[in-house]
Amino acid sequence: MTGSASIASGVRPQGWVRSYVGRLKTGDEIARLIALTAASTIIVITVMLVWNLWTVSAPTRLKFGFAFLWTSVWDTNTGQYGALPYIYGTAVTSLVALLIAVPLGVGAAIFLAELAPPRLSDALTFLIELLAAVPSVIFGLIGIFMLVPVLQSSVVPSLKAVFGFLPFFQGSFYGVSIFTASIVLSLMIVPFIISVSREMLLAVPRDLREAALALGSTKWESTWQVVVPFARSGIVGSIFLALARALGETMAVTMVIGNTPNIKATLLGAGYSIAAKIANEFGEARGEVLSGLVELGLVLFALTIVINGAARLLIIMTTAKGTK
Amino acid sequence: MLFLTGVCTVIAVSVLFVILGYLFAKGGSSLSLQFFTNLPAPTGETGGGMANAILGSGQVLLLATCIGVPIGFIAGVYLSEYSGAAFASIVRFMTDLLNGVPSIVVGVVAYTLVVLKTGTGPLAGGIALGIMMIPIAVRSTEAFLRAVPTSLREGAMALGANQWKTIGTVVIPAAMRGILSGMMLNLARVAGETAPLLLTAGLSMYWNHGWTQPVATLPVMIYTDAVGPQEDLHRQAWAAGFVLLSLVLLVNVIARTIISRGVHKPR
Repeated sequence: MTGSASIASGVRPQGWVRSYVGRLKTGDEIARLIALTAASTIIVITVMLVWNLWTVSAPTRLKFGFAFLWTSVWDTNTGQYGALPYIYGTAVTSLVALLIAVPLGVGAAIFLAELAPPRLSDALTFLIELLAAVPSVIFGLIGIFMLVPVLQSSVVPSLKAVFGFLPFFQGSFYGVSIFTASIVLSLMIVPFIISVSREMLLAVPRDLREAALALGSTKWESTWQVVVPFARSGIVGSIFLALARALGETMAVTMVIGNTPNIKATLLGAGYSIAAKIANEFGEARGEVLSGLVELGLVLFALTIVINGAARLLIIMTTAKGTK
Repeated sequence: MLFLTGVCTVIAVSVLFVILGYLFAKGGSSLSLQFFTNLPAPTGETGGGMANAILGSGQVLLLATCIGVPIGFIAGVYLSEYSGAAFASIVRFMTDLLNGVPSIVVGVVAYTLVVLKTGTGPLAGGIALGIMMIPIAVRSTEAFLRAVPTSLREGAMALGANQWKTIGTVVIPAAMRGILSGMMLNLARVAGETAPLLLTAGLSMYWNHGWTQPVATLPVMIYTDAVGPQEDLHRQAWAAGFVLLSLVLLVNVIARTIISRGVHKPR
């Protein structure tokens, strides 16, 4: 289905014009132009989005430069804007969420792709996809009213009893905290890790499994020593994809993180994230405050774009390897 | 080890059932006919409903569909039927870029571009969600059109149809079921989006008065009621959460069943 432009080369100008008018009359060219317009609209929207973030954030971007990223005072009265506590909160919640979600997600993906009978695997994958469709505000609701009481009454006291000597589990726990936000985030990203990793494992060529089994390895040995290493970069890609989602997640985090800018080693204290800061303070923002918040959005955008790009590259590498 | 991976799966799936069960128990008991017909109760009074938020969500989603679906669909047709040029790969790259933008950032951009000129309301909210719908609409349309066998296109052309008639009367109808289900999934995804609406749609306790006046929407109401102080607000949040989740999951189940019927993946 190549476009009409390709016939232009080597044809006399008169003939080119005539065939173009012919295509216009039959409607082919009009249809192509409409499709082209819609496709161009996407480029315009994306460029406008990036341009807008860049220009609206100009006042604080020019005033503070890169110091915006590593100073930690955000005071609208004195006109100081430092993003460090928010970047810290976003990074820590996302990383702790990955620590929980990766073993869980990859384990489940291995089960679904390699070990479960096909019918059971399809049914369970369907449920996992439904879990991925649950809106984030619902996760926030569950986080506030169900997870917080459970953490407060049983999970955190027992964690403190066992790991209390670690700096991560010191200080008092009031329910909303970086730890709570991490757990909610981990539940939200698990379905993405499972479904992408499962696809990656299913893309591993059949002969590899059969060869491993023929050499006398058990089902688990062929899975763990042959199939998983083959799909490794794709699985890492799925983890990056999940990380990008966790970084940009707003509502569920805003509802359970405590919304207090802190940079402390303990996970049990309240924190703040970039997305939560924007959601809470955008209300009637004007002037320099608006510029600072938009610059936070720009930082978030840059982070997710880099991580998404890396994820896509890793996934393409794996699928290309499988079809070679 | 086999056992352990099974345990991982059980944990992940049980999260869905815990959420469903909890919302069903809490939300189902808070739900009443009032919820669908009344305005929110004034502060201090109990009862009331979210009729304005249900209408507001509908209004915002309608505008989002009118923006996201046509642009995404036609651009998807372009990528599948007219591609081959370098331009198509630029469009694909931009689509992926747009798909990766966090929803709150879309809200920020819609705020600076629309809200600063018109104020909060369904117009700004619909534009924000419409932009979010575009990338998925493009990719699902392209995927389903590409799945149509080339022989169908060749058959239509051999019978004398020109390119756009081939696309319009043969290729698109053949892929229609998949494309429609893809659009349903897309709509269900943005229906639960809260962060962009928080910045663009605003909040209101009354019936909506137009496209540029603040409007209540279900996800934003869930958020504000859940973080609010009174027990009665929490009950409203549960009821609204129950309604929203039921709708989103229902659409998902229907659309996924339509897609998977008749399609057998080789394993």
